[in-house]
Amino acid sequence: MNMGQSGAVLSLNNLRAGYGQTEILHDLSIYVNPNEIVAIIGPNGAGKSTAMKAVLGLLNITEGSVVLNGEDITDTPAQKVIERGISYVPQTNNVFVNLSVQENLEMGAWTRPTGVEARLDEMYDLFPDLAEKRNQAAGSLSGGQRQMVAMAKALMVDAKILLLDEPTAGLSPKYRGEIFGTIQKIKGTGVPILIVEQNAKQALGVSDRGYVLVDGANRHTGTGAGLAADPEIARMFLGGGH
Amino acid sequence: MWDAFGFEFVNFYLIPGLVLGCIYALGAIGITLTFGILRFANFAHGEIMMSGAYLTWTVMAIAGYAGLTLHPLVAMVPATLLVILLFLGTDKFFYKPFRKADTIKVVMASFGMMLIIRSAVQVIWGPNQLTFVRGIAKPNSVLSDVSNDIGMMLIIPNKHLFIFAGTVIIVIALSYLLNRTRIGKAMRAVSDSPDLAHVTGIDVDKVIRATWIVGGICATAAGVFLVMDVQMLETTMGFRMLLPMFAAAILGGIGKPYGAVFGGLVIGLAEELSAYPWIGDTPLLSPGYKTGVAFAIMVIMLIVRPQGLFKGRSF
Amino acid sequence: MEAYVGYFLYFLSLLTVGGIYAIFALGLNVNWGFAGLFNVGIVGFAAVGAYTYALLTTAESTYHIGGLGLPLPFGMFAAMMTSAVIAGFIGLICIRLRADYLAIATIGIAEIIKLILKNETEITNGPRGINKIPRAWEHFSEERFYTSWPMSWFGTPENWEAFFDTLPNWYWQPLFAGTILLVMYVIYRMLERARTSPWGRMMTAIRENEPAARAAGKDVTRRRIEAFIIGAAIMGLAGSLFAQHLRLIEPTNTFDPSKVTFLVWVMLIVGGSGNNRGAMLGAFLIWTLWSASELFITGAIDLIGNIFSTLDPSILQTRAGFLRMMLIGILMQVILQRYPGGILPEVRPASPKADKNIAGTTGESK
Repeated sequence: MNMGQSGAVLSLNNLRAGYGQTEILHDLSIYVNPNEIVAIIGPNGAGKSTAMKAVLGLLNITEGSVVLNGEDITDTPAQKVIERGISYVPQTNNVFVNLSVQENLEMGAWTRPTGVEARLDEMYDLFPDLAEKRNQAAGSLSGGQRQMVAMAKALMVDAKILLLDEPTAGLSPKYRGEIFGTIQKIKGTGVPILIVEQNAKQALGVSDRGYVLVDGANRHTGTGAGLAADPEIARMFLGGGH
Repeated sequence: MWDAFGFEFVNFYLIPGLVLGCIYALGAIGITLTFGILRFANFAHGEIMMSGAYLTWTVMAIAGYAGLTLHPLVAMVPATLLVILLFLGTDKFFYKPFRKADTIKVVMASFGMMLIIRSAVQVIWGPNQLTFVRGIAKPNSVLSDVSNDIGMMLIIPNKHLFIFAGTVIIVIALSYLLNRTRIGKAMRAVSDSPDLAHVTGIDVDKVIRATWIVGGICATAAGVFLVMDVQMLETTMGFRMLLPMFAAAILGGIGKPYGAVFGGLVIGLAEELSAYPWIGDTPLLSPGYKTGVAFAIMVIMLIVRPQGLFKGRSF
Repeated sequence: MEAYVGYFLYFLSLLTVGGIYAIFALGLNVNWGFAGLFNVGIVGFAAVGAYTYALLTTAESTYHIGGLGLPLPFGMFAAMMTSAVIAGFIGLICIRLRADYLAIATIGIAEIIKLILKNETEITNGPRGINKIPRAWEHFSEERFYTSWPMSWFGTPENWEAFFDTLPNWYWQPLFAGTILLVMYVIYRMLERARTSPWGRMMTAIRENEPAARAAGKDVTRRRIEAFIIGAAIMGLAGSLFAQHLRLIEPTNTFDPSKVTFLVWVMLIVGGSGNNRGAMLGAFLIWTLWSASELFITGAIDLIGNIFSTLDPSILQTRAGFLRMMLIGILMQVILQRYPGGILPEVRPASPKADKNIAGTTGESK
């Protein structure tokens, strides 16, 4: 069994996976080290979000492995994956719209029901905007605030790693900056982050390392800054060609 | 004013309408929760209600052999436990296998369950009518005396007071459950988005079990209240209740328990008030068409506002 | 010899009722098998068809409206049309909504139809129902038919009376059964045509992947309403045959949802939804089981009644009927879970493009 990069928090090793018989990921390898932000960028349909779903056990994995802190978690059902400390924020529909902000956070703590009060305080410190809206229905918040709720909800457990699926999709530039700022703050609390992004330039800007996904396999890897500076990648995704 | 209009209207139309409304409301709570959380219209809900009433009757009969006279509300407690087991068993053997399949498969399975449960009740208890207590229910004398003193005599039998009180207690308890407890909030969360609940790590199976338990309590209460009200048990009563309960759930918005309560009251009142002689001396609508009222309201809702009054889920 | 005639007639009655159920099942197959529409109001369409036929074709009566004494085929045609119109209304309201709502609405409309039949005594004779409904072929030996045109043109009433006296009194049974089987066969052929036509392939495409069909510019809602109406019209026709078979119809027991709607559903599921042959096979199979088990149970109960003379066999008799219904329900659940395709699973109309896509999406649990 390929246990991947040693010392990594999470690694996807030579993964082949897809929905039913349709294979979307062909030989994908990604790892995240402690205290790292890692970005996955790539064109639409490259399998970026699919990679995350594979970690959560939502896909049919035909080959390869997913390893969390040296433990094989390939094909573990989502609920068990989350109990083991992988927190996931989906791209859309990532808050319970009919529940209040606080209730959303409480639901985030479902797998670790103790110490919720203290955790809530920490989250309101990390996301001060949410503190005053704690009793408001999450559905009444703006897109950026919802994203904050979703991230706070994911951090209610002692996350070993946070997976963010396109956290800035559909947000205004102002909010985008705010979200990336928050991501760096989260890293400051010691939680490594794997982030899938369309806004490649900004994502690489905050990332320690990055992967470029094309057709379900990694095409390029490197440091965030290195990839951002690579002219080929710039031409491909960063709109640097004009 | 009271003599000419109020006495008859309040005592013979409004109060019976509210009683019926309470029964529909309790039944519709289970339907709306199941529809919201498990995402399917449970056609067997009425039959479960009916079997709850039969089980209550049996508990009373067994106690009767032992020389005990149990009030239906007491006998209801062990019956509720059996109904919950029936719900959980039905779910495990007949609904759960389709959890990941197209939802219409579960609807079909529930449609089959409707017939299986009804036939089982008919096999066990026979097709004849049964009753909890015989005789005419006398109005509560204290209430009628007090109200008579202020010139508005209310004649409400004790059974109706029990039904009102029981419904209020259940709705308050439900509201506490949904807003104050972890499992209740999780029920709302799953109703909101099952996919997100899944990736949040919420134990969806546990939430589903809780839903059946809550639905079972409400359904048994609804069944027993109905029998207390009309004073007879019939194997067709579950099916007769099904349409008004669906109508109440749709009116209130799918997945909205308070909506279901409101919808139930509206449907119950509408059914009774439709028979009031609003114009002239004859009933506005022939009493034979009472059940049609619920259907008419439901069809109108489906046309103008399928998401219901309280913005429930619309599929 | 007498005994053989008895068996023969029993066999014919199995074919007759089985054939009527097969027509119901074909109608349901258009709704569910073709278009994925969950119609649980079959009994309503059956009742509409039966009453339409009855009111139009019976002799004038003081008990109910109509009794127009119209020709039988006209009555059957009108039964189809009335069912179709009602289905059109329901379709317009409910088909754009999710399947559960259509199920609730159809079960509701079936109840409302029965409510109307029960309450509008002036029109339908209410709970007492309509009797002396003319049955095809047997009706020729009724006085009102052989004394009027066209039969009167061929012979005097006396001639006709003499002629019918020479026939055995069951002369109409094989002819009636044959007619029903012929109607069933014609519907089957037409549905097979429809299924393999572009219309049918479009229905399959819609059922398999609605968003894709919508994106391809197909008018999904319209196609579904069409399928709903066609299915309901077939059920209305079956209802008119049902009325002929029974000759006496009333709203409650004749149109018991468990014996019409539910039984037809079980037939389709057991036979194989989406497959017209399966629908017919399921109908005959379940009806034979249903009918034979009644004989068997009656025999068994008589035996028990003889041994334990203290038991009242009539109580056992009614309960046995319920037990049978319960077993049929369990059979349906087992088929649904274990053999979702039924005995004759659906065969997709040949379309090379579609088959390739479908191969990847079926038979997968995840």
